Formats: sequence, structure tokens, C-alpha cells
Amino acid sequence: MALKLADFKTTVHNDWCPGCGDFGIVNALQMALAEMGIERDKATIFSGIGCSGKTSHFINTYGIHTLHGRVLTFAQGGKLANPEMTVVAVGGDGDGLGIGAGHFVAAGRRNIDMTYIIFDNGVYGLTKGQASPTLKLGEKTKSLPTPNTNYDVNPIGLAVASGFTFVARAYSYDVRHLKDLIVKAVKHKGLSFLDVLQPCPTYNDINTRDWYAGEDLAQEAAERHSRIYKLEDTHFDPVVHYADETEVNEKLAQALIKSLEWGNKIPTGIFYKNELISPFATRLTDKIPNYLENPPAKQNISKDGVPTTDVSKILDSLKV
Amino acid sequence: MSSVDFSWLIGGPQGSGVESGANVFSKVCAELGYQVFGKREFHSNIKGEHSYFTVRISERFIHSNVNDVTLMISFDAETIFRHYDEILSGGGIIYDSDLEKTTTDSVRTLDNYFKERLHKELESKNKPFTIAGVLEIAKENGVKLYPVSFKEILANLAEETENPRLKGMVRMYNVIGVSLSLGLIKMPADSLLKSIDSIFSKKPQIAEINKQAANYSYDYARTNFTHFSFTLSGVEKQANTILVQGHQGTSIGKIVSGCRFQSYYPITPASDESVFLESNEILAIHDDRPGSIAVIQTEDEISAIGMMIGSSLTGTRSSTSTSGPGFALMAEALGWAGRNEVPIVLTIYQRSGPSTGLPTRHGQDDLLFAVTGSFGDFPKIVYASGDIEESFYDTGKCFNFADVYQVPVIHMMDKFLSSSVVTCKRFDPKKITINRGKLLDKIEGEYKRFAFTEDGISPRSRLGLDNGVFWNTGDESDEFGHITEDPQMRIKMMDKRMSRLDLILKQVPKEEQVVSYGIHDFTIISWGSTKGPILDALEILQGEGIDIGFIQIKLLHPFPAESVKSMLENVKTVIDIEANHSGQLGKIFKQNVTREIDYFILKYTGRGMTSTEIYNSLKKIIENKANKREVLEHGS
Repeated sequence: MALKLADFKTTVHNDWCPGCGDFGIVNALQMALAEMGIERDKATIFSGIGCSGKTSHFINTYGIHTLHGRVLTFAQGGKLANPEMTVVAVGGDGDGLGIGAGHFVAAGRRNIDMTYIIFDNGVYGLTKGQASPTLKLGEKTKSLPTPNTNYDVNPIGLAVASGFTFVARAYSYDVRHLKDLIVKAVKHKGLSFLDVLQPCPTYNDINTRDWYAGEDLAQEAAERHSRIYKLEDTHFDPVVHYADETEVNEKLAQALIKSLEWGNKIPTGIFYKNELISPFATRLTDKIPNYLENPPAKQNISKDGVPTTDVSKILDSLKV
Repeated sequence: MSSVDFSWLIGGPQGSGVESGANVFSKVCAELGYQVFGKREFHSNIKGEHSYFTVRISERFIHSNVNDVTLMISFDAETIFRHYDEILSGGGIIYDSDLEKTTTDSVRTLDNYFKERLHKELESKNKPFTIAGVLEIAKENGVKLYPVSFKEILANLAEETENPRLKGMVRMYNVIGVSLSLGLIKMPADSLLKSIDSIFSKKPQIAEINKQAANYSYDYARTNFTHFSFTLSGVEKQANTILVQGHQGTSIGKIVSGCRFQSYYPITPASDESVFLESNEILAIHDDRPGSIAVIQTEDEISAIGMMIGSSLTGTRSSTSTSGPGFALMAEALGWAGRNEVPIVLTIYQRSGPSTGLPTRHGQDDLLFAVTGSFGDFPKIVYASGDIEESFYDTGKCFNFADVYQVPVIHMMDKFLSSSVVTCKRFDPKKITINRGKLLDKIEGEYKRFAFTEDGISPRSRLGLDNGVFWNTGDESDEFGHITEDPQMRIKMMDKRMSRLDLILKQVPKEEQVVSYGIHDFTIISWGSTKGPILDALEILQGEGIDIGFIQIKLLHPFPAESVKSMLENVKTVIDIEANHSGQLGKIFKQNVTREIDYFILKYTGRGMTSTEIYNSLKKIIENKANKREVLEHGS
């Protein structure tokens, strides 16, 4: 029986603010799971802490709501032990690029086959709107006593530099485009990263839905003038086609330069994609040939309570 | 008492092969049927600082070091400066005669605190501040001196084998030292060559020149060194004996117990375990295809515990291994695992804190932190092993505790254990059982991960299991695992989780909670690696007709208060022995058993206790000459 969108919804009361960009992301994620036909019990959504952290409770798959900044660690452990499972990790930009930045970088180096989605809104919503890592220097959102004193992190640039092999950006109010990108991210062989621009209607009064829609620009031009555009509508080719240093470096540099574009034009879509880098499972299989057929979660360790592991060789080597 | 009780000390700069020298010596002794207890001391340094290894051998099983050294071998000056006064009268020092004129000031790694003490001693005895000076004192103490020029040995060897390259092979000083020692005590040479072969089995050429050096030095000692009263010719070998390194009890225990995932971040003295596991990552399985353990080096300890929890949620037995600083970073996630009833095993190889403390030295200062670590109330188990052999079987128990009670288990080990090399009975994997508790293989119908049950433990699904969808959260949750702030649900969930502590005390066999080695008027309470030196000290006292009791508390949380209380009911004097400053077990004891500790024997120099020290303090206590706090100091 084909899976429907409704199969992926829970009855848990959603307490996000009206108009929150998070709704679009949860919907897109549910749509993507349904479209890919992934069984509910073959997927796990890991989430961090904050408004976005509640996401796992709204999706009717395995859902693990972890700790602030640590979502990638839990998710990677789960995927490594049970590589057959589809794993999506989600969290806010403060979660992933502030307290969790070290794990973000380390995850890139491993390139485990899973997806990480950041709900990027520039503020810490659940603690009443403090500046988060993606808020620009000098900006003063509603509840900041004084303008932000920190420079902003560039999520796309950091992902590209850290070794993520699929790096994309989406906008939470373009749910269909977001859903398409989630499908591509999940299907990517390796670690995929999706930076989702997501207005916080309560605390971020700068990067609002109207701002993304370019209403301020529209007044001058007397027409709608959305800031968001799609890379796939341009001649931008994000794919690393062959394992050649020049090719790889050009695509990395191109992604980084593109990630710096902000202001009146904000690119979305895929910035970088490289399936020539080995996923972590391949690196493990090089050492443990049957890792994928007999992964940690599937191994029989006992029979009738008796251990089945034979350590006689190890013990023989210690014999005197 | 046995006729042989021999302690051998080898010292040298870190990186000069002290450890492999000691391994050769230990192996030779074990091959000849002796029981071995070896222990390494080293600085937090890669090359140059002083490290040393003491190997005690005997005909019977021994569990500790003693203060006195029978024979010391040193190819550097620092070893002599630091240890010359540990050699017993009638014992010997083999040393490099080219060092005799070396002054204390020319040894850069001798720190000023030590030098000041040494100078004072030399001044008081009117000796020069040189190797010759300290050796004169040793000689006056009845120690026999065996000078030999290591340089000359190499030169002669090069000439004899017509291999001029050997002249500069100072890397072989360790093998030369070991061989000189064995020659002096007249140990049969064949096991020496055998053990060199086995240690250099992957480098036959290196093995060959080392064997040449060994033969030459061994013969040199037999010919030139005389009048040493200790000779060891071997005893009947006991069947089923193995020679193990400190971390091998828990690591082999993990493999047998079915641990299939270990995440870790490098830290002394815990990483040896993970490195061993990774070296043995492909596993032989009876009547089945090979299994494996995924050993993942993470970016920090927070990631190590996060990954371990993620893995455990898939139904995989998962663990980590760390020390105090790493364990501190794990505290937040530990509470998450407690809240979500995730079975995990954390093996803590304690070292001396606080903070970085004495990073390569021993300590038992993390007991209270293990018991109270992480905020909020949640159930966990803290379980401590007393020696390496025990740690193998205890590892199996820890995984069962974790699965059956669905709690994090903290397995307390320490640096004293991790840097020991001992002979013990071959581990018997058949004595480990695997009990996965309420872990499910199949689910039909509605499933609630945190369903209320009679014993407070819910059937456990695993990520990826058909029909087993569940949720976890660090927030308080309902039976499905969804967030709730309902006060009534909060009470029920808290009570459900916390009721496990009583269940554990009720169900875990009493002899696995507390081990009694006899109860007498004077009785010791202790935990962890002090077990070895305590047992050896008690044996000496017994030989003198003095009986002192000893209970080893293995289950430290939940604390078996009733058992301990009733065991000590008729005891007049309770003595707490621990390697920390504040007597942490004593505090837990006082709180739970509502009784005062009469005497503390404590050590916090970072060096392990010797049985000699414990014996001396116990004697003072019995003779009513002891302070309430006896603080031990032995070891450089």
C-alpha cells in the first residue's frame, strides 16, 4: 500500500507560533518521506533542542529528540550501528553552528550517509530571541538590547569546507522546492546538508517573510521582487563530475563564492555535490568486509544466553 | 610464605624502550612458571622524562608491588638518582659505568623539588652530587653494585659479529639491561630468546640483532657478575595461565559480552582499551560468519557518548572508555540516557584529578562524581572491579545490568589497573552470560516505549524494528516518549524510573555487590584496585597471627547499605582504604550506614599503594599508634 502524507503525521499538539517557518519544513519532510515510500519504522528523525527540536515528535517515524548541539552525534551512532535505516537529523542554527559547531565539522569529515537539516532563522527563539550564529554583525532583532556584536557563520561555506558532500539551501515557504531538495539530500550517497531559511515571526523582525519576498524592494520597482532565486534556474553546475583536483577545487570555490551572495539576491538549491568522496560505510567496509551485510545492530551475540564470540585466539596469544 | 619474592626495576627516559624491556622480562618470568605483577609509572610526556617499570615475581599469585626492590637495572643516570634508595640490603644495581661522574645538575629532567631533597640527603652523608655519590650510599646500605659499560658491550658485540652498525644501537640498551639482569640471577637463557622472538615477531631482522645482544650480555653477566644471593631457575608452570595488560580484562570482556560499538576520544589511561578493540575489530563467531566491533574515534567525549547512545538505541550493545576529564564532558548526555532508559556501559579508567591533575598517574578520586554525576534524579549503576581478572567477568555483568535494568552503567577502573601487567588464570568466556532483559525482537499491535509495568521496566524496541516506532526526548515524557509537563505523569514516570534502584539491590546477587574476605574486630572497607595490595598486606599479617577483615564493595550505586551494615555489625574498628584525599567511599558509607569510619588509609601522590605501605599502616592501627588519617607516600 502506498504511503500517504497522513501516515507520517502524529497527533501530538504542535505548539509553534502561528506563521512559524518550521511548519513548512515539517510538512516538506513528511511529504518527502511519503514520496520516497520509506516505511515509518525504517526511518529515524533525530532532533536537537529548541523549537526545531520538537520536530521529531510531529513525525510518525522513530523520533529521537536529543540534546542541545549534539544531534549529529546521536544520529551518526544510530546510522553506524544500523546502516539500513534512513537517518535525518534536524536542529536550529544555534544548535548546529553554535554549541554544535565542532560536531558539524567532524561530521563533514566522516561523510556518513545521512541528512542534516538546519532550521536557520538567526535567533534563539525558545529562550526569547537572543542572537544566533547566522545573525549578521550589527543587526538588532526585536528582543536584542543592543545590536549583534558577532560576525555571522556562513553555513554553506562551513559545510563545504568541512567535507559535506551535498550542500544545499532552501526556503521554508517554498515547500515543494524544499521537499524536492530533501528527497535529493536523502538519496545522496554521503552526508548531505540542507540550510533552510526559516523566518521566526516572533523574534526575527529583520529577515521576515515579507523581507524574503522582497516587499521593500517591490515598492521601488512597483512589482513583486522576491530575494529568493533558484540556482537550478541559472547556469550554475554544482556537481563534481570527475575525481580531478582542478575540478574539485573549482566546484568547492564556486560553492563558497556563491554562498557569500546575500542581500537583494539569495540563492537556493544545490551549491555543491560530490559523490566521488567515499561514504564512511565504504571506509569501514575496507577494514571490515562484511560490515554492511552484518552491521552491529544485526549481529547475533549469544545463543541461549551463551556468548557466541570466540576469543580463543586472543587468549592463546596471552598464554604463558 | 613462599621462598621467592623478587622485585625488579627498570628505568629510563620515556621512549627508550623501558616498557618493552619490562615486557620481555615479565614474559621470561611467566614462561618459567613465576607469577608476575608489573606496573609502569610514566610522565605526561612523549620522550625524555623518567619512566620506570617494577616487576614483582613470586611462586604464588601476587596482587601488588612492595616497597623494596631486589634488583635495579639502569642505563641512564636519572633512574639511579631517583631509585638508589629503594634497593634492599643484599639486593643489586646493574648500571652503566660510564655514568659514574654524572652530576645531578647535568640531568635536565631532574626537577628542582626532587633535586633539593636529594642534595640535602647527599650533603648530610657527605657525598658528592654525582652518581658515584648516591651509589656509595647504596653500597653502605648493603647493596651490591654491578657496573658495566653499555657502550663497550655494543662495541664488543659489533666487533664479534663483524657488524659495525651495532656500535650505535643504543635502542638495544633495554634488551641488554634485561639480559644482564637475567644472567645475574641465572635464569635459563632459552626463554629470553623465545620472548624476544615473540615480541619482534614482525621484524625478524631486528629480532636477530636483539638476540645477538641478548646472548652476549647474558653471557657477560654470567661470567663477570658474581656474589649475588638471588638466583631464579624457574618453578613448575601452572596450567591455564595468561600474562595480561591492564586494559585487556575490559576489552576482551567487551568482545565476549557482545559489545559491537565503541566510540571514544583519546585520553590517558583509557585509550589503550579502544586501540586494542580496533586492533581486534573482526571477530570470530562460533558456527557463523565473522562479526565485528565498530570502534569510532570521535571529535570529543560528548560525541563519544552521543554516538554510543545512538548506537544503543538500535539494540546494539554499546560502550565507551574514558577518564575523569572525558567523563565530565559526558555528564549531560548521561542524564539523557538515564531519562530515556538507554542501556550503555561507560568504562572509566580513573586518573588523578582535579582538572588535568596528574594525567598519567593513578587515583580513585572520581567515585562521588560517578555516583552523583549529571543533574537531576535518574537511576544508574556504579560498579567497580578490584583487579584485571575480575574486570573481565565484571564487564559481562555490566552489560547485563544495563540491558536488564535499562540504565547507564559506569564501570570503575583506574590507572593502577590499566598500567599493570599480571599473570592470572586464563579468562573463561563460558562464565559470562548474556541477558538482554526486555529487548524485543518482534512487535505486534500498539507499542509504548515507556509503558507502565509491574516491575517498572518496559519492553524495549530498537530503531529500525518493524512496528516498533517510539520517541525519546530529554524532556519528561509520556508512555510513548512524547513531551509532557503533566504533574501526575511526572510523578508516575519519576517513580517508574527510580524504583529500579531498589530492584537492583534486590535482584543482583549479594556476593556480586559486596565481597567479604573475612570479618574481624578490625575490618577494612575498600573498593577498586586497592584490593590487590590489601590482600597481600593481609597475608603478611596473617603470617604473623594477626587477622584483619576486609570487605570489597563492588556495587557503589545503588549502595548496598543493608548488607554492609549487617556485615559490619560486630566489627569494632572500621578502616577505609582509598586512593584519594577525602575518603570518598567513607563519605558514602557514613551517609548510608550511619556509622563513622575509625581510620582512613589514603594515598593521593598519584602512585599506587604498595602492600608494604598498607601493612605498615595497619600495624600502626592495631598497635594504637596511628593517626585517624594515615597518608601514604611511597614511590617516585
